[in-house]
Amino acid sequence: METLMETGSLHYYLAMIWFILWGVLWAVYFILDGFDLGVGTLLPFLAKNETDKRAILNSTGPFWDGNEVWLIAAGGVTFAAFPYAYAQMFSGLYMALMLLLFTLIVRGVSFEFRSKVESESWKKIWDTAHALCSFLPALLLGVAFGNIFQGIPLDETGFSQAGLFGLLNPYGIAGGILFVTIFMMHGALWLCIRTTGELKARAERMATKLWPGVVVLTVLFLAYTAVATQLFSNYMVYPILFVILLLPVAGLVLMRTYLGAGKYWMAWASSCLYIAGTALFGVVGIFPALIPSNPNPANSLTIMNSASSPLTLQIMLGVALVFVPIVIAYQFWVYKTLATPLTEDDLHY
Amino acid sequence: MDVLMLSRLQFAAATMFHFIFVPLTLGLSVLIACMETAYVRTGNEVYRKMAKFWGKIFLVNFALGVVTGITLEFQFGTNWSRYSAYVGDIFGSLLAIEATAAFFLESTFIGVWHFGWDKLSPKAHAITAWLVAGASNLSAVWILIANGFMQNPVGYTLRNGRAELTDFFAVITNKYAWLEFFHVIPASLLLAGFFIVGISAWHLLRKSNTEFFQKSFNLGISIALVFSVVTAVEGHIHGNNLSDTQPAKLAAMESHWETQRQAPMYLLVIPGEDGNALQALPLPGVLSFLAYNDFNAEVKGLNDIPKEDRPPVVLSFLSFRLMVGLGTLFPLLAAFGWVMRNKLDKFPLYLKAMPYVIPLPYIAIWAGWTLTEVGRQPWIVYGLMRTSDAVSPVGAGEVGFTLVLMTVLYALLGAVGIWLMVKLAKKGPEDHTPIQV
Repeated sequence: METLMETGSLHYYLAMIWFILWGVLWAVYFILDGFDLGVGTLLPFLAKNETDKRAILNSTGPFWDGNEVWLIAAGGVTFAAFPYAYAQMFSGLYMALMLLLFTLIVRGVSFEFRSKVESESWKKIWDTAHALCSFLPALLLGVAFGNIFQGIPLDETGFSQAGLFGLLNPYGIAGGILFVTIFMMHGALWLCIRTTGELKARAERMATKLWPGVVVLTVLFLAYTAVATQLFSNYMVYPILFVILLLPVAGLVLMRTYLGAGKYWMAWASSCLYIAGTALFGVVGIFPALIPSNPNPANSLTIMNSASSPLTLQIMLGVALVFVPIVIAYQFWVYKTLATPLTEDDLHY
Repeated sequence: MDVLMLSRLQFAAATMFHFIFVPLTLGLSVLIACMETAYVRTGNEVYRKMAKFWGKIFLVNFALGVVTGITLEFQFGTNWSRYSAYVGDIFGSLLAIEATAAFFLESTFIGVWHFGWDKLSPKAHAITAWLVAGASNLSAVWILIANGFMQNPVGYTLRNGRAELTDFFAVITNKYAWLEFFHVIPASLLLAGFFIVGISAWHLLRKSNTEFFQKSFNLGISIALVFSVVTAVEGHIHGNNLSDTQPAKLAAMESHWETQRQAPMYLLVIPGEDGNALQALPLPGVLSFLAYNDFNAEVKGLNDIPKEDRPPVVLSFLSFRLMVGLGTLFPLLAAFGWVMRNKLDKFPLYLKAMPYVIPLPYIAIWAGWTLTEVGRQPWIVYGLMRTSDAVSPVGAGEVGFTLVLMTVLYALLGAVGIWLMVKLAKKGPEDHTPIQV
């Protein structure tokens, strides 16, 4: 791929800013949709009766839709700021993405559908669909990002096809398992915030049990990453970057401490820190590529060869600087207003 | 079938399905916000009940619209990656702006609207209804600006092997896009009007909740009347614009072959893909008038457009006829209902018929989009990039597989969604508030 810009030009710095924003958007998406996908995955493990099920579904009910838009935004920003990378990422991961979309569709409608008919078997269908279609997106996202970390076999034109079975390689699957576990942990902490009584106690026990799993998997995944990918090469050149790893480590430690102390909001926030740190670790690792090519790194899709024109990057930056703070402000208000422990009244919805 | 045809079918299926739900979202969200505002202003419980009842149906519809919209954004990457690489500099940014400026707002506040009945004051709740309605329609602005670029590309230059943005202002003031917007939005309000009218008529005939459904009927029929006229007038202006921007689409939708002055419109036509169309009963000059508001104007015929640049004629012709035919029927149906709105019990046949009218605006809107998109072929971006050059280099097997999977999934969810909406509609409003999940 030929480069579109000179290093040090205005175009280059604009593209750099967008690379950082691109990473941030994915991190925010994982943080926000992460907990509602995790809650959905936990549904069959934590719900003992209809009241529990309603509480679990309503714990994410008002938020999941707004959360999922961060995926649209992350995808949209890839499209707008790095169109060549978008084209490659989404066509190269064709099957994984299509399956991801189908599962998100089924999950989305299950929120609306399950309540509309008073029948045990009807509700059971949508509960099963909801749990399965919360688990699968977590798994598929992990598989997709595992493969991106590892590098995708691109040719000189940039376009290639990694079929679904090509994606299901050991490292990709390891990424999938890690994502699922992280999201379940994140979701369990959310349930500690929003539920009460027996269900809350169960969620708390679940979070306590999941925590060592997250720690072990994180360590194993890092070790596997060192063997299977080039992700550490930037860190080797600039060892100072290893401080980034302090973020997920601090997140993990704080998460456990606050959970033990019963400070659930803080525990959940620590989990957010852990996810953000993990995402940042990956983004710094692949820099300056968005989609590294493996085995031939020369074909990677990078900041330099896949960015939009300077004008588009400028306009998009203006739009982002105006609207992203507004979005954050009103989403914050919504969480503040609606993310209270669920009461009897809330279960009518 | 090759990957191009399969991808086209997949895109058609995804957009058509998405566009069962979106127009009702656009129109009904505004009407629900009006009902809530009426409640805040008058304190009349009926308006609150109306917002809740129509809102419950709205939520099922909304869910299906949102989830199917996600597929569309990603399909540009999965199925049309060469297109995405070629025009992403412009098209991608429009989609990203749509997500940031509108979709976030819509999706965040629908949750608040749904779960906030007891947590917000009536006034604050009405504001969330307006935020949802405003954001949905703002979303349409950006999507149609993006579509407008595909119909009439402006504000770009070819550089680095792709179309790069040079004039953002030209892109967002694209006349084609705004003509689409002012056709789609009134059509969506028309649809929402007839939707409410159809369901209200069913209840009025059965004399259940008469006051509630009479009020709903009156609102629905007024909206249907006003916007069926607006849609038709704007459609004519839109047609005028086609003669400048997309003469091939205009010629195809009229099955017009010979370039000529005083171009006639034929009352009887059997369209064909070649010069084999049968035409009879000409009205001299009418086509020229429709295209240019001038009976003497010259209208370009398909024979003067190279064969490889002609859109499919039969499909364009038929979808145009279907849209216009229905578009003529709507003002008549709405006018009759509006005039007789206070003595509807004398016209049981009208009340009986109106539920069956609900699908017609959907069909008209579908036909309109078919004309818009099929009539643009063989171009994905008019005059700039051919659809055949835009498709992803993915395997036909994979696209075929996901096409089947998607069709089955959509058909199932669509059937369940529509069944639920019918069930909720027939049940009528409840005296108590609990909306069960």
